[in-house]
Amino acid sequence: MMSTDVPDAAGSPAAEESKPFDRREFLKKCGLAVPIVLGVVRVPLLEAQAPSNGDYDPSEHLYGMGIDVNKCIGCGQCVLACKTENDVPLDSHHFNTWIERYVIRTDEEVEVDSPNGGLDGFPPMASEGSEIRRTFFVPKLCNHCAEAPCVQVCPVGATFTTEDGAVLVDDEYCIGCRYCIQACPYGARWLHPETHVAAKCTFCYHRLVDGLVPACVEVCPTGARLFGELEGRATPLARFMRFNDLQVLKPHLNTKPKVYYANLDGEVR
Amino acid sequence: MQGFIYPNEYELYWGLLIVVYPYVTGLVAGAFILASLERVFNVKEVQPTYRLALLTALAFLLVAPLPLLAHLGHPFRSYEIFLTPNRQSAMAMFGFVYAWYLMVVLLLEIWFDYRKDLVLWYRSETGWRRWVHYALTLGATDLSEKSLKFDDKMGRWITIIGIPSAFLLHGYVGFIFGSVKANPWWSSVLMPVVFLFSAIVSGIALVLIIYMIASMLRWKPVDMRCADKLAVFLFYAMVVDVSLEMLDFIHRLYESEESIGILTQLIQSRLFISLVVLQLVLGALIPLTLLGLTSPALSKEPIFKVPDELRRLIYLGSAILVQIGIFSIRWNVVMGGQLFSKSLRGLTVYRVELFGLEGLFMTMALLALPFVILWVLVKVLPPWTEDEAHLPQPGAGTDERPSATLP
Repeated sequence: MMSTDVPDAAGSPAAEESKPFDRREFLKKCGLAVPIVLGVVRVPLLEAQAPSNGDYDPSEHLYGMGIDVNKCIGCGQCVLACKTENDVPLDSHHFNTWIERYVIRTDEEVEVDSPNGGLDGFPPMASEGSEIRRTFFVPKLCNHCAEAPCVQVCPVGATFTTEDGAVLVDDEYCIGCRYCIQACPYGARWLHPETHVAAKCTFCYHRLVDGLVPACVEVCPTGARLFGELEGRATPLARFMRFNDLQVLKPHLNTKPKVYYANLDGEVR
Repeated sequence: MQGFIYPNEYELYWGLLIVVYPYVTGLVAGAFILASLERVFNVKEVQPTYRLALLTALAFLLVAPLPLLAHLGHPFRSYEIFLTPNRQSAMAMFGFVYAWYLMVVLLLEIWFDYRKDLVLWYRSETGWRRWVHYALTLGATDLSEKSLKFDDKMGRWITIIGIPSAFLLHGYVGFIFGSVKANPWWSSVLMPVVFLFSAIVSGIALVLIIYMIASMLRWKPVDMRCADKLAVFLFYAMVVDVSLEMLDFIHRLYESEESIGILTQLIQSRLFISLVVLQLVLGALIPLTLLGLTSPALSKEPIFKVPDELRRLIYLGSAILVQIGIFSIRWNVVMGGQLFSKSLRGLTVYRVELFGLEGLFMTMALLALPFVILWVLVKVLPPWTEDEAHLPQPGAGTDERPSATLP
């Protein structure tokens, strides 16, 4: 069997001098390459579009989100990032995004929980009941519906859809009637306990206009959430939408959500 | 809490005040429709309650927007509903429906009906009453036959416009709930119709209560022909109302959509007292039985002939039970729609606060306020023969519409 000559060469002083890289140099170069590699691989994932110089034009965009249920590990990082980024109260009943855990047993019994919105992860399951057939986590947030019932019912037009597809609330205009909260089929809205206006996920709109993705997408360690353009561009979201069977939540209500799920179980509402 | 609810559903966003709002507007619409019976359909028996019903409708209409205002997160921005209404929003129409009903229907009808008496009072009185009544004539003091005929004609036309307006007012409140497709408990095309008929029921019952108690306080006998007629109308309206509710119930049960499981749980646990006991048994079945047996509703002669005094008591008791039932309907709609999760996997609870803008005391104050307003209105615009307000005449006959004799 042929043996390599490297160990011999490495042993001799002559070879030591002529060695093209040593280990230290290799690591150094690798270190230098990291930003470049990350730049190439990661930046398109993170960036919603090229960073703007304050001249963001919403008419050039239409945003959506993709969620791969199989990739969510229920770590709760997205929930924490969202609360931090958007000044959402840290209590357990105000969330722009949260995670639900589904446990489906062999007798078709379905258990769902979301302790503290999944902010602190999930405690182990109680082992009562029959054997577990399948279990998974589902991240939830405002679906930024194209036919948003909340926008329809707002009596003063404080809730509106932006040109780039986000459903937002004008804090200065909302009268706090809470009709939008009742009209949202997804439980995605809440009344801010301090400002007394309706609050919800904004797709981190303040980050979008700076060319960044929503905080929940940025921190997701498994890439379960993808964000980007819905139309005609070669973005990771476009690939996600091309290569997965997609579902939306409560399609029978015809709200036309812009949050698309892959590998979503029929039990999820 | 039971099962799973979305984390944001922990707080119930519409509380007691939103129960009061459809209850009060229902009373307005119902009282007005009762008044129009006499005016448009010439039901002479209920004539003693005609003006009382109009004033009752006005007193409650003035209070109707208050629970909404008190409930808003930013009440000082509420004028935006008028300035920049979202025309797609059912709720945005509230301001316009309300203004139309108050300004065009109720105030005008009351004014045309009272104008002659206002002039007569102003001419015969002294002191502040004289000036209040003069101000209320708006300077139109002509009592020629032609002008009185015009008053009557206008009053009739306004009532004719008023009936669909009253339907609109309360049907619209039902639409606010019925059009929420996200909520399977609310989302029903029958909702506006059920609201409307329950409104008529509550309005008739309220006027019956006020008429009987006012007669008692004034030491006047109750006109039994009028009370019987009111009881008969109450019975008929309740038959329609309960039938519609049953239709809604059976329809849901038969369709058995995905929400049926959670809605069944809701009725069996959270709403059992308010829906089965209060709304159905106490608020509908018992009064229906009592009225059916003792009033001349089912045949010209009542099935059980009871003395007038007992009959009055039965009518009053039934009407009070009906009020409890109708308030329960509003509660069951508003709170029931929020006590289950839109995930259809769990139930939550409502904790009534005592104090604060949306608390129990505020609610009771808002329910008492229309009676205070009604008392003032009755003082300023006596709905019964004018002299009675000042000079009690014990043993006088039945109430009559104020006579139109010149002093």
